[in-house]
Amino acid sequence: MSPASAASAATPASAARTVYAATPASAARTVLVIGAGPAGLAAAKAARERGASVTLLDAADATGGQYWRHLPASRPSANERALHHGWSTYTALHDELDRDPGCEVVLGAQVWAIEQADAAGQPAPVAVHVLVGPPDGTARRGRTFRPDALVLATGAHDRTLPFPGWDLPGVFTAGAAQAFAKGERVALGERVVIAGAGPFLLPVAASVAATGAKVLGVYEASRVSALVKGWLPKPWQLVGAAKKGGELAGYVGTHLRHRIPYVTGRAVVAAHGTDRVEAVTVAEVDADWSPIAGTERRIEVDAVCVSHGFTPRLELPIAAGCELTPDRFVRVDDGQGTSVPGVYAAGEITGIGGVDAALAEGEIAGHVAAGGSPRDADLAAAVGARRTFTGFAARIEAAHGIRQGWTSWLEDDTVVCRCEEVPYGRLRETREATCASGLRSMKLTTRAGLGICQGRICGRTVEQLIGATGEAGEASAPATSVTTDRRPIASPLRIGELAGRDPNTITHRASEKGHP
Amino acid sequence: MGARMMPSRHDPIRPRGEQPIGISIDGEPVAGVEGQTIAGVVLATGRLAWRKTSVDGRPRGLFCGIGVCFDCIVTVNGERDVRACQRRATDGDVVETQHDELPEAAR
Amino acid sequence: MISDVVIVGAGIVGAACARALAVAGVRVTVLERGAAASGTSAKGEGNLLVSDKGPGAELDLAVYASSLWPTLVAELADELGPGFPSLEYERKGGLVVATTDAGAEPLLAFASTQREVGVDARAVSVTDALALEPWLNPAITAAVHYPDDAQVQPVIAAEALLASARRHGAIVRTGVTVTGAIRAGSGAPAGDPSGRITGVTTTEADVRADAVLIAAGPWSGEVAGTMGVRLPVKPRRGMVLVTTRMPHRVFHKVYDGDYFGATQSSDAALQTSSVVESTAAGTVLLGSSREQVGFDERLRVDVIREVAGKALRLFPFLADASIMRTYGGFRPFMPDHLPVIGEDHRAPGLWHASGHEGAGIGLSLATAELLVAAMLDTPSPLDAAPFGLDRASLARHLSPESEEAA
Repeated sequence: MSPASAASAATPASAARTVYAATPASAARTVLVIGAGPAGLAAAKAARERGASVTLLDAADATGGQYWRHLPASRPSANERALHHGWSTYTALHDELDRDPGCEVVLGAQVWAIEQADAAGQPAPVAVHVLVGPPDGTARRGRTFRPDALVLATGAHDRTLPFPGWDLPGVFTAGAAQAFAKGERVALGERVVIAGAGPFLLPVAASVAATGAKVLGVYEASRVSALVKGWLPKPWQLVGAAKKGGELAGYVGTHLRHRIPYVTGRAVVAAHGTDRVEAVTVAEVDADWSPIAGTERRIEVDAVCVSHGFTPRLELPIAAGCELTPDRFVRVDDGQGTSVPGVYAAGEITGIGGVDAALAEGEIAGHVAAGGSPRDADLAAAVGARRTFTGFAARIEAAHGIRQGWTSWLEDDTVVCRCEEVPYGRLRETREATCASGLRSMKLTTRAGLGICQGRICGRTVEQLIGATGEAGEASAPATSVTTDRRPIASPLRIGELAGRDPNTITHRASEKGHP
Repeated sequence: MGARMMPSRHDPIRPRGEQPIGISIDGEPVAGVEGQTIAGVVLATGRLAWRKTSVDGRPRGLFCGIGVCFDCIVTVNGERDVRACQRRATDGDVVETQHDELPEAAR
Repeated sequence: MISDVVIVGAGIVGAACARALAVAGVRVTVLERGAAASGTSAKGEGNLLVSDKGPGAELDLAVYASSLWPTLVAELADELGPGFPSLEYERKGGLVVATTDAGAEPLLAFASTQREVGVDARAVSVTDALALEPWLNPAITAAVHYPDDAQVQPVIAAEALLASARRHGAIVRTGVTVTGAIRAGSGAPAGDPSGRITGVTTTEADVRADAVLIAAGPWSGEVAGTMGVRLPVKPRRGMVLVTTRMPHRVFHKVYDGDYFGATQSSDAALQTSSVVESTAAGTVLLGSSREQVGFDERLRVDVIREVAGKALRLFPFLADASIMRTYGGFRPFMPDHLPVIGEDHRAPGLWHASGHEGAGIGLSLATAELLVAAMLDTPSPLDAAPFGLDRASLARHLSPESEEAA
């Protein structure tokens, strides 16, 4: 299909999307895929099916992303699939790509920077700088890619709102519980409370229960009425999402078998203990997530796993110059094309839609990145699946999205920025003392967001607490904005690695302080 | 009470064989299993914290488990700032816990 | 008689001028199009240096400014109380080193010229340099210690100056963009194009004043342009690398001798020289680069690679340190490398305090004093003539033809 006809076709059913410049089809296109979770695996496969030469990168030492996080090869088991959903889908994808000489899978590959085309003085859409080696190593091998097309599938991480005591050992994100249950067979505690918001809490509870820990309860902040409103406005769409319904039915079944209470309209509002968590306070919250006085209950625990939804991992799309939507996901057209020609995005970074949306979007992104069109017949199923499951994402947000009353469970000494230990009271005081209205000034004055995690955990929370939304024009010009998601150094690297291992050194004289 | 690894003999996924390894943490020998991350080895011993924060000296260990929060950093074979939840343990690894204080003028 | 002033720009220079004027009883309105203390002031290292300037007007200004900071920091602490974040002022001292045999003599000669005009510049032996900085590369060829080089947290300093200005009656309005000048004269709403400037139009209401001061850093040219006035200040981009927290091993500001060479050059190509220092937070900052890429904020890996490589020449131990962040900013530079402080001789009522290149934080206080003296016609602590817009070295840059050459 020629680029011209691709650009003129109307988009059926869903709201009209902007169509960005179609990339010209050509033989042996090189497609780089960043992220080997469901979206990235699907993209790599689809790009290969169109004949592109594919490189698939992941920072971890296995494919699968978070969704299919699994035991390493050195820990084989007879029935690992029991821990997963769609395990056969994963193994089929992985095995095919692993066997395929036209796909190079590079694991332990940490992307630390992406340069935009003319900034790097290059014709390719981007220059992608990678270090390959052990995580946080000191002499990893540097590689730079300048692909014809880039597919970003970097996924998301838990958004955990602060509460008093959340910095105690034994308080984890829900994602940590999942990762260690599936990836290491480690239970983070024996008496575990799972809390927060969103359907993710259910599979986490199942995974934790499958490590032999006792899950005392799953506490979902959203109230029943909001859940009903969010999940069931268009029941015929729910039929289309039967697979998702099926997955959840399995989790609910697990709950019944293990007798895990699933309670809505409740939140963990404090964790207690001296050097580790020993108990939590769970309170009823109203529709705005404000705790209701007098409803507090104390539960003795040794682990708390909390997640209030997901934050998409946007530093690479932003570095590549991709525009964001007003609700801060990567803006894509019906071919998963971003605002940057030659750059595509799929999976959670375009909207939190779960594995089915990620697989569909990945397939479309890979296909179009390799020169195809979203209107090609072999993409019809993926296009249909995308419509169904991204609609699902909107309803998850409507049901489980963060409500603003949560801030009333903060105390002045509640740590907000974990890395720099900045408490809520100091954020408020500094804001008042300086009349600061800007995020940058607040960051530099309080150090919130300036620690080693570079605002990944606290950034959106700090933005909300100081009421800052960045500078004018931010939503459409992320490369020049103050948004907390902007990180030109996308992952830490050693100065020696950055400089190249033989920097311009001076001749050394022997000295007791001399260093190589 | 606390974190632990599921014993293989009780695990419904029926593990088929693991290689024991040994590492040291601040000079103390700790046993683990090939394929565990350093955080996994530590958590399996029931220990939840292995770092003290710079300002208030508060204990930290694992938080996000997926390499995003950097709470779990340790020094491995002399390499500082290694995320314990990302780095697989290798037999013989020398792990030192990090407690980075602020420069004197700031204290 | 100037009793009302509009200041365009709430960075460190605008803030310092706002406070100085407000304390002197002038009614001040600061207009900032973005957020306060968030432009160039938020992108530097907070350098208060005398070491990097050769004898001349700018060095005189820097030496004078250096004497003002301790008093100001104490005054602000008293005024704003313990609830206000600390400005982290530290007379940390600078150590400039030569890294080549050829560079040793020029560095020492430069230091000697600085000593002649009163700068405390002490040539030290390599052994003594290593006593000051034990982790420094022992292969350095010469070193000069500048005990008076100091450090401040620039964003907190700017916010403190603004807070103090507010306490003295100044109004600070953020999110307001200046769109043009109001001129005295009959007829058209904006007045006679050659008339005295008597205020500004903005994205909100007009603001009238006896004097309009442009202190918008590298964007001052743009602001002046809205008033039909040419100001040849241009952005010169710099990048800084930030390490993770580490045990304290760098005790001064340490530079290779190329640092002051780079500041004086107008070469548009990338220039880097090494600057390494620790922060109160326990991180280490690496700089510095100078490029003319307009206002392009996008990352260029070759720039930070070069900064990293040069830092390793000074401190080889840094090879294993982790970089967690990079940020860049736009220094406002004037073609003759001197700031402009004073009234615009072409446009009465319009004043300038900009073009401080990489020295704005330190020079802000002295700039404010010169400006207030000129505005209120009181004795100036220093001769302000070298900083006038009408100086000979700027003449050809002010003519319309130089627009294309720029």
